[in-house]
Amino acid sequence: MIWNEHYECMERESLMKLQGTRLKDMVERVYYSVPFYRSKLQDQGIEPGDIQSIDDLKKLPFTTKQDLRDNYPFGLFATPRQDVVRLHASSGTTGKSTVVGYTHNDIMMWSEVVARSLTMIGATRDDIIQVAYGYGLFTGGLGLHYGAEKIGASVIPISGGNTKKQLQLMEDFGSTLLACTPSYAAFLGEALAEEKIDPASIKLKAGIFGAEPWSEEMRSQIEKLLRIKAYDIYGLSEIIGPGVSMECHCQNGMHIFEDHFIPEIINPDTCEVLPYGELGELVFTPATKEAMPLIRYRTRDLTRLHADKCECGRTLVRMEKCVGRSDDMLIIRGVNVFPSQVESVLLEMSETKPHYLLVVDRRNNLDILEVQVEVEEQFFSDEVKELENLRHRIKANIASVLGLHADIRLVEPGTIERSMGKAQRVIDRRKLQ
Amino acid sequence: MIIKQLSVFLDNRTGRLAELTGILAANDINISAFSIADTADYGILRMIVGRPELAAEVLKKHGFAVKITEVVGMIVPHRPGGLHKALQVISDSNVAIDYMYAFATGDCNATAIIRAESMQKLVEVLQEHKLELLKEGDVYQL
Repeated sequence: MIWNEHYECMERESLMKLQGTRLKDMVERVYYSVPFYRSKLQDQGIEPGDIQSIDDLKKLPFTTKQDLRDNYPFGLFATPRQDVVRLHASSGTTGKSTVVGYTHNDIMMWSEVVARSLTMIGATRDDIIQVAYGYGLFTGGLGLHYGAEKIGASVIPISGGNTKKQLQLMEDFGSTLLACTPSYAAFLGEALAEEKIDPASIKLKAGIFGAEPWSEEMRSQIEKLLRIKAYDIYGLSEIIGPGVSMECHCQNGMHIFEDHFIPEIINPDTCEVLPYGELGELVFTPATKEAMPLIRYRTRDLTRLHADKCECGRTLVRMEKCVGRSDDMLIIRGVNVFPSQVESVLLEMSETKPHYLLVVDRRNNLDILEVQVEVEEQFFSDEVKELENLRHRIKANIASVLGLHADIRLVEPGTIERSMGKAQRVIDRRKLQ
Repeated sequence: MIIKQLSVFLDNRTGRLAELTGILAANDINISAFSIADTADYGILRMIVGRPELAAEVLKKHGFAVKITEVVGMIVPHRPGGLHKALQVISDSNVAIDYMYAFATGDCNATAIIRAESMQKLVEVLQEHKLELLKEGDVYQL
């Protein structure tokens, strides 16, 4: 099913023309209403008239997360504050949080892209969708909520946490779709087994999971635990929130709603634009946004784009699951490490649970990576040699994937903090020194 | 002849052991024998308790990783050479011991709890040499 065939199946040429018109309009808007962009464009000798088509996008400067912080809170708004009907903000783990404003039209556009996303996996007004993303400053909960209402599904706005209640409502209300972070989905799946709830009494058929990087192994784990199809949704609050792109039933990458969010892939070091198929940093220009349009926003996410037509009939480009956010990437002894790589290793081993924590420290000027792993209870042996065997096997598997030796620490099941929202997978103590 | 031992995986952190003994105390479970194998990161607690199934259940409920393992309790005379004689028998029969711990209760006997690679073979060897073994019925009230 396709929610908006006109835009989702547009011929590339028409789409590029549309993107050009929308880009031209956006550049004009920010030039005259956002002092930050006007001076940035003037510095580069660019005037609104220089932007005539989508090909001119590459002339424009980039916007970074730091620019959002520097203009905290409302400095990048392109409309009078009175026209802003919603404010979201990201958790500011490193300093000030970043604020995003939405006009009424922005909220409508967001609902539209989430409606497209849900329709993509077959959701209709017959569905009951349990939104277990956090509601609040985080865009997950409200983002899914409005899109689900738009397609006419029945929404359970339960928000994150309160696991017992989640399972109870899932059973009593007969939720057919679940939307939350993948780590919380896995947690709910485990809880379901622990509470000894008969899977036959659960009507879930699919899940819409995103807001944190997750591996294919994690997907199979969730699908097995909850007996559903697990779909990937992508988004970031700076662009709109969830619904920037979504996986269709072909599960062959996530379709980017390019009529609203113009994507590019660049080399993160040289900023050179890369062709389709090459790995690089994802950049978005949300051209139709009113309250906070951004020019070439650097997401820090590393992925590839593919433009060949999908079997589902959509012509929108597909992005691969992100290799990782370059913010999440750890550089340990010169080696690039993504937490998702460790996750894949652990999920392939039946003896360990998918809960883990990476602790990076620096001792005597040498980076040390410790991976804390929970031992699956049924594989607990009371012999030291067996446990040490397991520890060495984990160590060897991680070394072969990362090309790096990590210290493996076996911990009691249940001791690694379970997340109701975005999971905390890394503690980098080097930053504190 | 084979008795049940409780094995618990414990994080190496202050207070964790007291949490466990507190739970056993609150459930009126007596500990007869007790030993810890420790590594840098974790410990494996092994113990013989009264009502092992109940103990395992309450500990699991409190989030401990618990396993019931089979061991034998071998009774040896509490005097020089008492343990040696028994171990020599086991050694001569080529039975590999995984681990063991022992305790003396003050009277003329001592007890060694043994886990071997092949429990069946261990029991056969000990019985063949007429070594006295703890019975399941009385062991938990030691």
